[in-house]
Amino acid sequence: MSAPNKEYDPKQVTDLSEESVNRMVAEALAAMNNAGNLAELKEVRLAHFGDRSPLALANREIGALPPAAKAEVGKRVGQAKAQIKDALSNREEELEVLRDQQVLLEETVDITVPTDRGWVGGRHPLTTLMEAMSDVFIAMGYSIAEGPELEAEWVNFDALNVPADHPARTMQDTFYVTSQDSGAVLRTQTSPIQIRAMLEHKPPIYVVAPGRVYRTDELDATHTPVFHQIEGLAVDRGLTMADLKGTLDHLAEQMFGAGIVTRLRPSYFPFTEPSAEVDLQCFICRGASVGNSGTPCRTCGNEGWIEWGGCGMVNPRVLRAVGIDPHVYTGFAFGMGIERTLMFRNGVTDMRDMVEGDLRFTRAFGVEA
Amino acid sequence: MRIPISWISELTGVTASGREIAEHLIAAGLEVESVQTIGEGLSGDLVVGRVEEIEELTEFKKPIRYCLVDVGADHGGIRGIICGAQNFVVGDLVVVAVPGTILPGGFEISARETYGKVSNGMICSEREMGLGEDHEGILVLPPETASAGANAKPIIGLADEILDIAVTPDRGYALSARGIAREVCIAYKVPFSDPIDRVVHVPAPSGSTKPAECASDDLEACDLFTLSTVVNFNPYAPTPQWMKNRLRDCGMRSVSLAVDITNYVMLESGQPLHAFDLDKLQGTVRAGHPIEGELFETLDHVERTLSASDLVILDDRGTIGLAGVMGGLDAEISDSSTNIALEAAHFDSMAIARSSRKYKLSSEASRRFERGVDRTIAPYAALRAIELMLELGGGEYVGMNAVEAPMQVTVITISNQLPAQIAGMEIPAQQVVDLLTAVGCQVTQESGQLHVAVPSWRPDITDQADLVEEVIRLIGYSNLPSTLPVAPAGRGVTHSQKLRRRVGTALAHAGLSEVLSYPFVGPQDLTALRIPAQDPRRDMPTLANPLSDEQPWLRSSILFTLIPTARRNLGRGHTSIPIFEIGSVFQGGMDTVAIPHMNVEHPPTPEQWSALENALPNQPLHVAAVLIGEAQPAGWWGGARPFDWSDAVDSARILAESCGVTLAVSRGADPIFHPGRCAQLSVTDADGASHVVGAAGELHPAVCESFGLPPRSCAMEINLNAVIKCAPLVMPAPVFSTQPVAKEDLAVVVDQNMDAALVEQALREGAGDLLESVRLFDVYSGPQVGEGKKSLAFALRFRSPDHTLSAEETARVREAALQRATHVCGAVLR
Repeated sequence: MSAPNKEYDPKQVTDLSEESVNRMVAEALAAMNNAGNLAELKEVRLAHFGDRSPLALANREIGALPPAAKAEVGKRVGQAKAQIKDALSNREEELEVLRDQQVLLEETVDITVPTDRGWVGGRHPLTTLMEAMSDVFIAMGYSIAEGPELEAEWVNFDALNVPADHPARTMQDTFYVTSQDSGAVLRTQTSPIQIRAMLEHKPPIYVVAPGRVYRTDELDATHTPVFHQIEGLAVDRGLTMADLKGTLDHLAEQMFGAGIVTRLRPSYFPFTEPSAEVDLQCFICRGASVGNSGTPCRTCGNEGWIEWGGCGMVNPRVLRAVGIDPHVYTGFAFGMGIERTLMFRNGVTDMRDMVEGDLRFTRAFGVEA
Repeated sequence: MRIPISWISELTGVTASGREIAEHLIAAGLEVESVQTIGEGLSGDLVVGRVEEIEELTEFKKPIRYCLVDVGADHGGIRGIICGAQNFVVGDLVVVAVPGTILPGGFEISARETYGKVSNGMICSEREMGLGEDHEGILVLPPETASAGANAKPIIGLADEILDIAVTPDRGYALSARGIAREVCIAYKVPFSDPIDRVVHVPAPSGSTKPAECASDDLEACDLFTLSTVVNFNPYAPTPQWMKNRLRDCGMRSVSLAVDITNYVMLESGQPLHAFDLDKLQGTVRAGHPIEGELFETLDHVERTLSASDLVILDDRGTIGLAGVMGGLDAEISDSSTNIALEAAHFDSMAIARSSRKYKLSSEASRRFERGVDRTIAPYAALRAIELMLELGGGEYVGMNAVEAPMQVTVITISNQLPAQIAGMEIPAQQVVDLLTAVGCQVTQESGQLHVAVPSWRPDITDQADLVEEVIRLIGYSNLPSTLPVAPAGRGVTHSQKLRRRVGTALAHAGLSEVLSYPFVGPQDLTALRIPAQDPRRDMPTLANPLSDEQPWLRSSILFTLIPTARRNLGRGHTSIPIFEIGSVFQGGMDTVAIPHMNVEHPPTPEQWSALENALPNQPLHVAAVLIGEAQPAGWWGGARPFDWSDAVDSARILAESCGVTLAVSRGADPIFHPGRCAQLSVTDADGASHVVGAAGELHPAVCESFGLPPRSCAMEINLNAVIKCAPLVMPAPVFSTQPVAKEDLAVVVDQNMDAALVEQALREGAGDLLESVRLFDVYSGPQVGEGKKSLAFALRFRSPDHTLSAEETARVREAALQRATHVCGAVLR
């Protein structure tokens, strides 16, 4: 290849005509457009913009031109170089984008494979249901009261107006601790918590007491010796049975939907007088199944109502036993079974599922009942 | 109490369906559990037949009779009927289902050939007609009940409806037709004519012999005792069918005429009666107390050892009955007793309840006495029974002896406004008076105050509140308004309650599932768990009446009952079992002697209350977890990772962190756990004192084997109360620097049995305040570090609060950390 033209050398090796330069540019542009990736573009750059490219060779010839022609040709070649450089740069950017897209495409995974590397846990629905029911009362300004499961008989029975040998004691088959006359029992109900709440606080008292209770029933589909209740107690000036009804209606509505109410039926509990059974309006059929064999309701058995719990006005004898003057204060109390509520609310058909600890039962509920 | 509607109608004049009457009774507080129709599903004719001829067919496996039965001209005259029962003779009246009749259960009678004869109908048993469960033979009607061909349905009480009422302990009066009829009359607002006011047709005492003498040795426990004497009674006289029907409908069996009459009068009036064979008695019949240790055999053939405090019926020879509960075998009337002494008495309800509970004996009599029987009606009921005896079985009424304590009528004074105040609704004063009067009270008014004399059949009414209930229940609870009281502003859940909820949620989010187990344990459980004899966990409360004698104790640790729950899950095919339980444990046996005896007239004194609280065992809330199988299952990501001891420790850490508490882990020793893989867990309280709160790790291989758990099963148990006690109420904000961090890795070689936690602690102490964090990132043991050694690699981050640390500063702190570790733990730079 010839050295730079320092001296005048009329020999023209490369055609520097406008046509020729335009052709070089056109060829370069075509080649770079044909380049499908960055590697190919590198080849193109070498071929059309490198030291041996036609344009580079042409550039060398400029020195050999007569001075009059140098300026014009120099400008022509310079423009051509700039054009190719820009085009190369643009094409490079295009190809880089393509390359990046390709990399991501190649990283595609099967997004549908299972992702559960660990276990999904859950809380027992009896626990979460007790919390949900408690929260209805928390929102009304109640507190959660507590007491021990192994309880003094005086608290579990005597103070609740269930004297020794009263038939009501045999209504509840009691686990006695140490001996039948030891004075200590596994609490048969959450009601002893009422006694503790009233001994610990002066009225007004508004408490709710969820908890575990015990009776000597054998486990079967509808009985368990260890179960749960929630108890409510309000003691204040001027509380009425209508207030009790309203409180239960509110609970029913919060737990089972707008418009669901309760019904009270006279009954007997030693610690309340008057006493009542609480029925819940069937939240599935809302009574539509009653006398209507065409639309049977499994939840209420076509009764329209579901037995839910017991309630009443706190027996003045109970108030006296805890040092509250029944002439100044009245109170109401109510209680319901959590297992039973879970059965009809969530459709649990067998009590045993709640107590046997099968993982599948808890997992199905997650962290809310 | 079961009662047929026909009886209610007879006493009240109310003719309504069973379902309608049931609705009214439920609204009034008598819980009607079912309404059932006698012989439901039966259609077609049942006729009275007279057995004319019996041919015994002996060629079959069992005795078979071919009977000629006269069913009256209208039903085909004399029919030949095959019958398998043997309890009838020629001349007996039976009930025949003629062909075309459909018996309950859809069984249609047709003439058919069987046992080589044509059987032209069926002679029915009670059960076949849906009357009851009796299937010992066919139903034989008393002689002269009806003539052959008569419609048998009304005779056997078919199509009557039966109410089954669950009577609450306060409503003893509802254990009688009399009591139920009164409620029906109140509900239907019709006048009630009390059956005991009916004139009883008994001739004046004959005086031919002296009536049996009676006495009460304990006029408090037995305040009324009557003994009536009937002689020359015909013991073979049959019980009329109408009475049999009523006994059957009320759920009682027909025994003999005399016994049936005592039961019938009890059902009618609510007064239990007891008939003795006069010829088996010696001397005065008394209510009183036996000699301590006396042996006495009750009617159920059980011999019982009596105590002197029991209330019994005695004669000169000793105990002849457990008063108000059950008679004795010796003086009982038999099928052939002709001379009868009839006891009608009133007993203290608590005394009867005590006997019934003590001897685990519940009878029709005890159920009534313990709920309270009308104090006044014993003499009436005795005469009513005698009326029936003389009418149905003949005999001679000799006379009645009686002893009685003075009777107190309960009078309660009540404001006529009180029911309205308690109900929260308007109740006119006159309505209060009217309703109390309907119940049977005698009410006198005195300027707004009512003096209410309680009727003798309502011993349950003792307080103002009882009268309030009577008024409101009869107005109807359905009429109560619904109002919502406004409680004072509340404080929400307490900090402790909030943390308890959060702990469960944290463990659930960590993949564990909450389960509940029964807290009952026994000696073999503790052996399987390797709990040594002197372990304090063996000190547990004991149940006097456990469900199973093998598990008489209340758990002192949740793992005692959670590990068996894990085993149950294994049995159900689960292979990976991450479970936890939050529950009470019971620490220490009971010193029940320390529980003070307290009455209910006054609240406990502070001394009594604290004695009571101290007598109860400590019952903290614990959390336990069992981890079995895979922490992470095999998947496209790689192989499975099994649960190991570190997962157990970490579950405890998650629990503590969710309470804002940092858990310290040190080497522990608990016989349930693997001796080399047991962590002791501690927390630090606000005063800086450290408390051991639990243990975690791998279960001892012997424990796994005993319970059939896979090897290397892991567990954790922690005292949640103790953790919560250390939980901060307010979390202090962190102070951190924004200067650049300097990172240094430091690998040291220590003895194999050196705890990483101690080395880390030494590094922290040595590095001082510039140390931001330290984290163990590698543990290595092998030939490169030498026999009995291990290498621990820590990543340390240093940061100054106010400037960029220079290389020299960083090196100096790193060196200080290392020196401390060398000094305390013998660590050598690797």
